[in-house]
Amino acid sequence: MSESQQEKIVRVASGQGFWGDWLEAPRRQVEGGPVDYLMLDYLAEVTMSILQKQRERDPRMGYARDFVGAMESVFPAVAERGVKVIANAGGVNPTACAEAILEAASRSGVRGKIRIGVVTGDDILDRLDTLLAAGHELKNMDTGEPLANIRDRVLSANAYIGSTPIVEALQQGANVVVTGRSTDTALTMAPLRHEFGWAEDDWNALAAGIVAGHILECGAQSSGGNCLHDWRNIPDLANVGYPIAEARADGSFVITKHPGTGGRVSVPSVTEQLVYEMGDPHAYITPDVVADFTSIRVAADGENRVRVHGITGGPPTPFLKVSIAYRAGYKAVGSLVYSWPDAMEKAQLADRVLRERLDNLGLKFDQVLSEFVGATSTHGALAGDGREAPEVQYRIGVRGSDRAAVERFTREIAPLVLNGPPSVTGFAGGRPKVEEIVAYWPALLDKRAVSTAVSIVE
Amino acid sequence: MKIQLLDIAHARSGDKGDTANVGLIALRPEWYPLLDRYVTREAVTAHFSGQLTGDVVRFELPNLGALNFLLHGALDGGGTLSLKTDAQGKVYSTALLRLVIDVPDAEAKAAGVPGTL
Repeated sequence: MSESQQEKIVRVASGQGFWGDWLEAPRRQVEGGPVDYLMLDYLAEVTMSILQKQRERDPRMGYARDFVGAMESVFPAVAERGVKVIANAGGVNPTACAEAILEAASRSGVRGKIRIGVVTGDDILDRLDTLLAAGHELKNMDTGEPLANIRDRVLSANAYIGSTPIVEALQQGANVVVTGRSTDTALTMAPLRHEFGWAEDDWNALAAGIVAGHILECGAQSSGGNCLHDWRNIPDLANVGYPIAEARADGSFVITKHPGTGGRVSVPSVTEQLVYEMGDPHAYITPDVVADFTSIRVAADGENRVRVHGITGGPPTPFLKVSIAYRAGYKAVGSLVYSWPDAMEKAQLADRVLRERLDNLGLKFDQVLSEFVGATSTHGALAGDGREAPEVQYRIGVRGSDRAAVERFTREIAPLVLNGPPSVTGFAGGRPKVEEIVAYWPALLDKRAVSTAVSIVE
Repeated sequence: MKIQLLDIAHARSGDKGDTANVGLIALRPEWYPLLDRYVTREAVTAHFSGQLTGDVVRFELPNLGALNFLLHGALDGGGTLSLKTDAQGKVYSTALLRLVIDVPDAEAKAAGVPGTL
């Protein structure tokens, strides 16, 4: 490795941790100080199915529309300062997403300065039957059930793809890369592979890229947001700085944030993010590499700087994870608020009354769940009996395959205000809405059954 | 002496399907051995008695001063199926911090746990 390559620092800034995250963050990341790449993660397990429903209604939709506004806010930095943007905003329609970005570029007067790399191939919905016929079972990873049980209700099916096609797009000169269901970590890994030229079997370097990606993928959750440690003293959350990874070719990196921003980057804040959504720490599995989280070394490196190093990894598995979304019936959730004295007892009586009425109507559900918010809803029996609570929100939900029964349930809550226990309020929202449930089906698929493609539009 | 985890650890939790994970992190490096020794799989299983339909699995991360617990069957089906307020297991973290462990006085004192000095 040349001396200059050893000293080179690549700055990847995180600007979005899910579709719905802070709209201000992308612009603040590119304007707040020097960054080379902006990564924006828009996808969660349930997001793909929502996007699929939107595309069913309108074939030009199916991507995270917030990304258009985010791009408009960073076009000057992309066009003039060379900041590159990598986002999985494409959802189930990356091509339409790229078109929308180009239209926005025209409106902003930067068309011609924007080259968009579009990564496709993750969407296997149209190939499901072919894959099943070829012997790919796509069994539910958690329950072992065959996909045949729900095949007729499938809404979307996408393989989690790794960083390789994003690296290809960068090599082809893209300054904006839009993907569908890439792994969240690939959005950070790809620019590091591109800049440092890590070999495909340099497992330790690749594992470091994945760990950097894991820290960045949830937006401000590593820089003071949702941080339990010393939460009272985390400064200026209203002005929170999103995290930035300053990475080096040897796989070490520093997590920091822009000067003058709020929040805090500390060993505890970074450690909380490292353990977030973790399975077996010895094997954090991605399409690129299996990272060993028990090798990670974390150390303070000055104010709002945390150095992460020592990471090891090993070869990936022969499989890609597939996320399948399918229709799974209906649900509705409603609530009422009962006040002191004896708020909990009143709410419990309301629950008995309502359940008896549902029984008398002969309504059948797969599940009825009652919770007493303010008393026991999040910690269950660990929370005590809730007798002294100044107020309790009685919250009841039903789930089932019969839409009419769920609909009837939504009309049984409001009457309790006049014909149930006393001291009740909090019904101003009206009847609860019936929602169609889109459930998640995780599966594994032989990598060789998925091929990705990169195209450039400008 | 009885020590509530809230006084010696912090935590964050999230979900994978019907499983919640809780990462439990020592507030000081010298308190990690207390977590390692006393926050056993059995203790956590008993703590969440009646709230899980599956098993508890425990992993150790001494490099981070942390333990990771997988609470299988914690989320009522998980994600969009669940009717729970905490459908994604975001506050199983603080529920674990309610756990009280029983540590010999000398050991707690040697580790510098507050209230023992």
